[in-house]
Amino acid sequence: MNRTVLDLWVGFFVAIGIAALLFLALKVGNLSSANFAETYVLQAKFDNIGGLKVRGPVKSAGVVVGRVANIHFDPATYEAVVSMNVDTRYRFPKDTFASILTSGLLGEQYIGLDVGGDEKMLKPGDVIAKTQSAVVLEKLISQFLFNKASEGPEKK
Amino acid sequence: MPADSLVKISDLSFSYDNRPILNGINMDFPRGKVVAIMGGSGCGKTTLLRLIGGQLKPTAGSVKVNDRIVHEMGHDELYDMRRRMGMLFQFGALFTDIPVYDNVAFQMREHTELPEELIRDLVMMKLNAVGLRGAHGLMPNELSGGMARRVALARAIALDPMLMMYDEPFTGLDPLSLGVIGQLIRKLNDALGATSIMVTHDIQESMLIVDYIYFMSEGRVVAEGTPDELRATKDPFVHQFLYAEADGPVPFHYPAGDFSADLLRVPARG
Amino acid sequence: MDKVQGFLVGLGSRVTDRLWRLGFAARFFVMLLVYSGQTFLRPHLLLREIWFSGVLSLIIILVSGLFVGLVLGLQGYDTLQRYGSSEALGVLVALSLVRELGPVVAGLLFASRAGSAVTAEIGLMKATEQLKAMDMMAVNPLARVVAPRFWGGVISMPLLAALFSMMGVFGGYLIGVVFIGVDEGAFWSQMQSSVDFREDVLNGIIKSFVFGIAVSLIAVFEGYDSIPTAEGVSRAITRTVVTSALAILALDFVLTSFMFRSL
Repeated sequence: MNRTVLDLWVGFFVAIGIAALLFLALKVGNLSSANFAETYVLQAKFDNIGGLKVRGPVKSAGVVVGRVANIHFDPATYEAVVSMNVDTRYRFPKDTFASILTSGLLGEQYIGLDVGGDEKMLKPGDVIAKTQSAVVLEKLISQFLFNKASEGPEKK
Repeated sequence: MPADSLVKISDLSFSYDNRPILNGINMDFPRGKVVAIMGGSGCGKTTLLRLIGGQLKPTAGSVKVNDRIVHEMGHDELYDMRRRMGMLFQFGALFTDIPVYDNVAFQMREHTELPEELIRDLVMMKLNAVGLRGAHGLMPNELSGGMARRVALARAIALDPMLMMYDEPFTGLDPLSLGVIGQLIRKLNDALGATSIMVTHDIQESMLIVDYIYFMSEGRVVAEGTPDELRATKDPFVHQFLYAEADGPVPFHYPAGDFSADLLRVPARG
Repeated sequence: MDKVQGFLVGLGSRVTDRLWRLGFAARFFVMLLVYSGQTFLRPHLLLREIWFSGVLSLIIILVSGLFVGLVLGLQGYDTLQRYGSSEALGVLVALSLVRELGPVVAGLLFASRAGSAVTAEIGLMKATEQLKAMDMMAVNPLARVVAPRFWGGVISMPLLAALFSMMGVFGGYLIGVVFIGVDEGAFWSQMQSSVDFREDVLNGIIKSFVFGIAVSLIAVFEGYDSIPTAEGVSRAITRTVVTSALAILALDFVLTSFMFRSL
């Protein structure tokens, strides 16, 4: 095999190999859409986070504005502490409401941020005061049954 | 022997897996001479060459090349020495994935910074010396056995070595190529001013070209001398070897117990 | 009694033999790394080996990747449409390829195509005394022959795995979108929202890189350590393919358990 032809083939091979890597990164993976250049940290405490996972999305008005960075249990208050990385382009008022929601009936869980009307903005590292925990299906069902049972005797 | 020897082997022993191969060998290879080491198959001749080249380490004794003990050299010094050695392997050992030209040019490209035009001239000179300048574009698998051996010879002399070693240069060659190789070995040695060590069991051919012969058997030197001295000798070993007698001091049989006892023995049932 | 003793002696010698070989392999790897510096100073040697193990494996990798993607598309659609979520086909195809099938299947193909060829090449060079001749010419065979082949394989493998995954995704796209008629927008957008770059793509690339090191090391070692006869070389080739396959699958398990442990 001629040297130059060989070089050409190797060049071709490396080029399409790198193209394939880029394809996987940009077209198949989410490197293009969900890579926040600069983020700041917000924290929120929940009584129950349900099935929320690290790297789960943080959405406001349905738009992904950040990702869950870390979840840990606070032994002093018996609450779950969730840290989020939020894109620096987005600022939220002090009285923002964080709740754990589910996309679709059985989909993944995410944190929804409902914006309040406060003039002051949350600073990096702040804790969101108002939160609502995940809805746990079993609790919902048992509550429903309990209500039904307590309603029961009145009708008779 | 004259004092000015290029390679000096003293009390050299070597064993492999506790099996002794060489046993207290003393040899001298004077500068400018062609010396043959002869003996039957498996008597440790090839091992001896690898000890001289530093590919093996002796169990006892030493090999001195240019007054330096080979097995005490570091990696760099050893490689430095090998650059001034040429070795012809039994079947040539040409690099099969590159053409004849690149085979001969291999060492020049690896060890020198010569420009490609100069390498080309040198390669053509070396190939011309072995009469194969016209074959420079062929691949090794397109060569006959004798031609491959000659290309390997051209490759071995690429850097004008001070010491040439030949491992069975005559094996598997037709009588014509055999004569050609023999003449080449002698001519190249004199032209390069080198010293040659030739391991072989081809008596007739080597008697014509060498200056001195060592006979080895079972890891020892059993006879030595110039070709004329050896022809005249009455030594039974040399006599057996020179005239190719089947039995003699070198036994035909591998050591074994009593033959009739072996035949009568009832095989043990497993 | 004799039989038991014989069995134990045989077992013991086999175990020590394996350990001895393993130790030699480790020493060989260190020496290989020590002499690798020269490889990168002489790029044309490396280029030839990338050509040998990369370019020559291209066809088999591309074709197999396409077929694996086509099969994934058919099987995945068949399963997903029962749950009414056939738009998730893109996710299924891409995740299985990027995380597992890409690196593993490409690694297995690479071992049997390029790994066996490298073992054969080095083994034959050893059997015909070319390595010894090179050593006598003061050229270190580890630096000149073994190291470029090793690095050629290490460089080629991640590229081949990426090409395999890309062809697979393309195959899934062909079946799902072009033939069956899954919505194209949903196919790609669901894929992008569920396949994470760091978690999935990057880990897949790391896997293929590790497999490349393992297969290349096994291939050059088996060649270098082969018994220098025709039979010895052919056995070394078989060992390369078998050991590589085992190494890939075992390493895959170890790496997966490290990488995709959710919390």
